[in-house]
Amino acid sequence: MFAYVIRRVLATIPVMALVALFVFSLLYIAPGDPAAVIAGDQATPQDVERIRASLGLDRPFLIRFGEWVWNILNGDMGVSIFTNLPVTTMIQQRIEPTLSLMILTLILAVSIAVPMGVVAAWKQGTLIDRAVMGFAVLGFSVPVFVVGYLLAYVFALELDWLPVQGYTAFKVGFFPWLENLILPSVALGGVYIALIARITRATMLEVLQQDYIRTARAKGAGQSNILFLHALKNAAVPIVTVIGIGIALLIGGAVVTESVFAIPGLGRLTVDAILRRDYPVIQGVVLLFSFVYVLVNLLIDLAYTLFDPRIRY
Amino acid sequence: MDRRNFLRAGTVAGGAAMFGGMPAPALSQGASARTLRFVPQANLANFDPIWGTQYVVRNAAVLVWDTLYGFDDQLRPQRQMAESEQVSADGLTWEFRLRPELKFHDGSLVLAKDVVASLTRWSARDSMGLMLKALQQDLIAVDDRTVRWVLKKPYPKMLMALGKNSTPMAFIMPERIAKTDPFTQITEYVGSGPMRFKRDEWVPGAKAVFEKFADYVPREEPGSWLAGGKRMGVDRIEWMVMPDPATASAALQNGEVDWWENPITDLVPQLKRNRNIRADIADPLGNIGTFRMNHLTTPFNNLKARQAVMAALSQEDYMRALVGDDDAMWKRLPGYFTPGTPLYTENGGEILKGPNMDLAKRLLAESGYSGTPVTCVVAQDQPITKAQGDVSADLLKRIGFNVDYVATDWGTTGQRRAMKNPVGQGGWSMFHSWHAGADCINPAVYIAIRGNGDKAWFGWPDVPAVEAEVTNWFEAPDLATEKAAIARLNKAAVDNALYVPTGFFLGYQAWRSNVSGVVKGPLPFFWGVSKS
Repeated sequence: MFAYVIRRVLATIPVMALVALFVFSLLYIAPGDPAAVIAGDQATPQDVERIRASLGLDRPFLIRFGEWVWNILNGDMGVSIFTNLPVTTMIQQRIEPTLSLMILTLILAVSIAVPMGVVAAWKQGTLIDRAVMGFAVLGFSVPVFVVGYLLAYVFALELDWLPVQGYTAFKVGFFPWLENLILPSVALGGVYIALIARITRATMLEVLQQDYIRTARAKGAGQSNILFLHALKNAAVPIVTVIGIGIALLIGGAVVTESVFAIPGLGRLTVDAILRRDYPVIQGVVLLFSFVYVLVNLLIDLAYTLFDPRIRY
Repeated sequence: MDRRNFLRAGTVAGGAAMFGGMPAPALSQGASARTLRFVPQANLANFDPIWGTQYVVRNAAVLVWDTLYGFDDQLRPQRQMAESEQVSADGLTWEFRLRPELKFHDGSLVLAKDVVASLTRWSARDSMGLMLKALQQDLIAVDDRTVRWVLKKPYPKMLMALGKNSTPMAFIMPERIAKTDPFTQITEYVGSGPMRFKRDEWVPGAKAVFEKFADYVPREEPGSWLAGGKRMGVDRIEWMVMPDPATASAALQNGEVDWWENPITDLVPQLKRNRNIRADIADPLGNIGTFRMNHLTTPFNNLKARQAVMAALSQEDYMRALVGDDDAMWKRLPGYFTPGTPLYTENGGEILKGPNMDLAKRLLAESGYSGTPVTCVVAQDQPITKAQGDVSADLLKRIGFNVDYVATDWGTTGQRRAMKNPVGQGGWSMFHSWHAGADCINPAVYIAIRGNGDKAWFGWPDVPAVEAEVTNWFEAPDLATEKAAIARLNKAAVDNALYVPTGFFLGYQAWRSNVSGVVKGPLPFFWGVSKS
């Protein structure tokens, strides 16, 4: 197992290198000019040229790429072209809101979607099953920003229960933190709940047909025991896989959710950086997201051994 | 630990992390009446008002840095940090005396050497500053409070240059900061303005915080835009960046913010219906919508092709696309200067009072246009450029142009418009923008009106008649002569289709009714604003 973990961790190095090359190349060939954005609308072409030169953007691709890679290897992600702040500082400023949003969404989604899927499988073909699947279709179909606006309108503007926007750090207090994150998490969680609920239902339906379930019933096991102890545990591997894959959905959804709810997270940082062509920030954030995704997949692989003792690395 | 125990332990640990050792609930956190929460027009991504000339940087910078002079609401430069000024009879030597006991936020006194370094840095980046730099013989600190600026030629618009509100403004910084290369960003944000910048609370893209500077000594005169006493009615100002207008609107209605700088027109009726919100015109100097045609490439290197577009133009179409049905929010603009300001003129602007489609088609035919694609670059992420671009594309097609509509973003537009290549090799024919009315009150701060060819703004019009009148205006001894020069300039610009004004339009600002002292102006003025 340890050797497997080491192998997987080592395998992330070429993956990250490829991501780095891809991101850098893509930004290099993409149109747009941070110097023009910095110079402002009233700037002359000469001003723009001078700023471009001062930022080193007039240098050849290989020199810029080599310098960036060397700095990354030395733990330096560079400095934002616009804010003049180190990219690591900007990521540190923004990582807590995004992590909070993703973790709360994950908890919310799993705790709602798994029971929903289990119940739908148990009551297959009934009104409950149809309602759950109807909700899943809705979750997939309605865009995050629409859900976000609706939630903000109802729960913030009309009922005045929750704030419209912003983020309160966890250190200020759990409830202020939660207060700001409830609506964004519900908005972001919709599609995730739909995904997990569908997979849970499908997997549970398959497991519930197995002989050992019939045996458990024959032995007089209670319904909840059968569903959650015998069936769900055996259905866990595909569910956990989908939860892991869904992290990518969360990362993508966080960009929109953070904009709608004005949460100062990494998603908004990414969008702002892309619109301004703040290359060091884009490269840093994309690398971080890639690393997180690779890491989550590794953890998912390791989690298989917890749910299914037959799996060994 | 086996698999079952690991899972059990994980569940317990997770529960403890969620609910153990947490601070007491704090569901309600009333905002202090001494804190003003403001939604700016854009993200404060950098904070060097000389290096970055975006309006949002200027708007924040006026809180932190002061200027020698400042425009009042009649667009007259008034003394601000300057106590007095003297100009020699030949107009070549200016001496400025600083007010006593002016302090920077680090506690040090503002000295003449700080002014010299600051004006040197500013004059390398500003259009008026560059003119002054070209005329400069000497710029020195005579003593701690006196600055002498010796020129080779008189520069009658000196006080306007030092007090104008167009970017970059002539902000005064400590010498050590002002010595930074003007094309390199400063890293220390110390000024002598009424508020100090809380760098430790700055989250670019999300939040910027300003705190009242206790040692600031406001002038005795009543505050008027950038002039007079800048007396703060709040102790703390929090800028909360909200990229989504719907979120900003909801936050204002919910009382989570106090003042929104630029609500979009679509949301204003909703805000006006809320009895806790006031909405009014933000800036009486408004904005001028524009598109520029490339004078270097076909088809718009031909005057008749440019005139054809001008003849077909319906400014009403553009303005309705921008501000909707509210007629109070826009005006036709048969000229290039801001309506309601002293130099405004309509001289020569007949062609802009159209549309005259027959004339447009005739002019296009006379231009010999042969179907060359017109590359119309339209930034989709800016509502103003997007709306104008859509109207232009339709207009061009109706005249008979072959339109290549390039939907892109503002960052790409910024890069592409700087390219002089022919269309088809990365070049362009037309792009859309807008200018703040405050920047279009005279040629000194109005870079888009220049016709100096290669050195002109994008599109590079080469119109000697315009340049001659710019010089005449600079040298004009009185307002009447200035007006005559501007009238001739306006006609020359229209005759040569220098660029196309699509109309004059206004924008709104909105604030909670417990906020008082909000004034109309070319930027949000925070002094005099308070909360109850």
